[in-house]
Amino acid sequence: MIAAVAQVQPGQPLQLPHVDWVTIGPAGIFFVGGLAMLLAGVFLRRRVPRGLWSGTTVVIAVLALWPAFHLWHQIASGGARTAIADAVVVDGFSIFIDVVIISAVVMAALLTDGYLRRENLEGTEFYVLMLFSASGGMLMASANDLIVVFLGLEILSIALYTLAGFQQRREGSQEAAIKYFVLGAFSSAFFLYGIALVYGSTGSTNLGVIADFLRTNSLTNGLLLGGFALLIVGLGFKVAAVPFHMWTPDVYQGSPTPATAFMAAVAKAAGFAALLRLFVSTFNTYRLDWQPIVWALAVLSLLVGSVLAVVQTDVKRMLAYSSIAHAGYVLVGFQTASNRGVAGALFYLFAYAFMIVGSFAVVTLVSGRGDTDASLDAFRGLSSRRPALAFVFTIFLLAQTGVPLTSGFLAKFYVISAAVEAHSYALAIIAMIAAVIAAFFYLRLIVVMYMAAPAAEGEEAAPTARIPIAVGAGMSLTIAVGFTLVVGFLPASVFDFARHATLLKL
Amino acid sequence: MLLNQFLFLAAVLFCIGVYGVLARRNAVLVLASIELMLNAVNINLVAFGAYRHNIAGQVFALFVITIAAAEVGVGLAIVVLIFRNRASIALDDADLMKG
Repeated sequence: MIAAVAQVQPGQPLQLPHVDWVTIGPAGIFFVGGLAMLLAGVFLRRRVPRGLWSGTTVVIAVLALWPAFHLWHQIASGGARTAIADAVVVDGFSIFIDVVIISAVVMAALLTDGYLRRENLEGTEFYVLMLFSASGGMLMASANDLIVVFLGLEILSIALYTLAGFQQRREGSQEAAIKYFVLGAFSSAFFLYGIALVYGSTGSTNLGVIADFLRTNSLTNGLLLGGFALLIVGLGFKVAAVPFHMWTPDVYQGSPTPATAFMAAVAKAAGFAALLRLFVSTFNTYRLDWQPIVWALAVLSLLVGSVLAVVQTDVKRMLAYSSIAHAGYVLVGFQTASNRGVAGALFYLFAYAFMIVGSFAVVTLVSGRGDTDASLDAFRGLSSRRPALAFVFTIFLLAQTGVPLTSGFLAKFYVISAAVEAHSYALAIIAMIAAVIAAFFYLRLIVVMYMAAPAAEGEEAAPTARIPIAVGAGMSLTIAVGFTLVVGFLPASVFDFARHATLLKL
Repeated sequence: MLLNQFLFLAAVLFCIGVYGVLARRNAVLVLASIELMLNAVNINLVAFGAYRHNIAGQVFALFVITIAAAEVGVGLAIVVLIFRNRASIALDDADLMKG
C-alpha cells in the first residue's frame, strides 16, 4: 500500500495494490459478521429466540476457521508469503494466533449468553464488540507493517475499553473502563512513539524492509534502541508484564466477568503475537540488545505476579495476578528468541486461553446476579453445592499450577525446556520457583472449595444459594475442560501445530 | 533539513503530555494530554517522512489522527457515564478497587 503510494508522480494514475481477500479472511469474516449482527440487532430488537446472538457469534467464529485452514494448507505446500502490497503476512504463526483467538471467542460467546440474561443486558452489542476486538487481534498477528500493527492494536483495544464498561450501572465496571482506557491510551502513545523512532532510524514501516535494513546496516545511534524500548513498554502494557501491570487487577476485577475472560485470553495472545513478530522476527539481528530487557520483564512478572496473588482475597484479583505470572512464562519462551522458544510460547498461549476462559466462566457463575461477589468466601463449600462446578474449577486451577496430565504442565515444560536449551538457566530456575509460589494460592482455593470447615463463632456461614448454570456456560466449560485434559494426555498434535507455526523470517 | 529541531519539539510535547496524564485529576484534561502525546508523535512521523523523502510517515500520521479521534470518542463516552453516576470526573475518585 505504502510502496505503491510512494511512487506516484503528479499526473500518473494511482496504482492500487491487488487485494487478496483470503489472506485477511479470518479477520474479515469477524469484521463483516460483526457489522451484519449490529444491523440485524437494530431490526430484530425484541423478537429474538434465546441464544440467537450467542449462536450467531459461534457460527461466525467457526466460519472464520475455514479460511484459516485453507491458508494453513497453502502455507504447507507453497510456504509463507506476504500479500496486499506486503502489508499483511500469511505464515503459520499468524494462523496459529487466529485459531487461539477464534477458540477464545467461541468460549466467551457461549459464556456471555447466560450472563447477559442474568444481568438484563440482552442485545447484540456485547457480541459485536467481541467480534471487532478479535478481528483487531487477528490483524495484529498477521501484520507485516507497523501501520497495520498499530491499527490492529487500536481496533482490539478500543472495543475492549467499551467491553470493560459494559455494565453501565455498576460503578466497578465504570471504574474498570476509565482505568483501562487511560492507561491503554497512554501505553498506545508510547508504542506509537517507538514506531516513529524505528521508522526514523530505518526509513520504512514495512517489517520485511526493516529486517533487511537491519541485517545489512549496523546502527549505533540510540534512536533505534529507544524505539525498541518504547515498543516493549507499549506492548508490555497490553500483555500485562511487570512493571506495566498496574491496571490489570483493577480492570480484571471491575469488568463484567465474561469480558474479563475474553480480555485475558485475546489481548494477551494478540499482544504477544505482535511482540514475537516484531522482536523475534524483525529485530532478530539486534537480539543481544533486547534480550536482557525481556529477561528482566520475565523475572519481574513471574515473581511479582505469583507473590502478590498470594495475598488476594478476591478470586478475580487473584486470577488477574496469576495472569501476570502467566505472561512471565510466555516471556521466558520469548526471551530465548529461538524457534523452540517461540513454539513453546505459542503452545502456552493456546493452553492458557482455555484455562483462563474456563476459570473466569466458573467465576461468572459463582459470583451471582450483579456480578459482584467473587470473594474467597463465595467459593467456600462449592463442592457440596455444585460438585461438577467445583471439580471443573479444580482442573483449571491444577492446570494453571502446572500439574502433569493437564495442558498447563506441558505449556510450562516447553517454555522452561526452551530456556534451558538457550542456556538461560537462571531464568528457568526462577520460573520453577514462581510455579511453586503460585501452587500455594491455587491449592488454597481448591481447599476452600472442598474442605469448608463449619463456620466458626462470629464467622459468616458458607453461602448456600443455588447456582444456576446456563446451557451456554456449560458448553463453554465443557470445551475448556475437554481441551485442557485431552491436550494434557495427548499433546503431540497441538505441539506439532505450534512447532510448525514458524515465523516468516527467523 | 533541520530534523533535530522537530524531534526536540516532539519530545518536549510528548513529555508535557506524559506529565499531564500523571499529574492531572480532571479526566477531560487527561484525555487532552493523551491527544498531545499522540500529536507529538505525529510531528515525529511527518518530520522523519520529510527527512527521508518517504511518504509513509505522512500516511501514518493520517492514520494516527483518525484513530485518536475514535479513541477520544470512546474516552469521552466513558467520562460521561462516570459523570452521570457520581457528578464528578476527578480520576482520584475512581478508587473502589485497590490492593
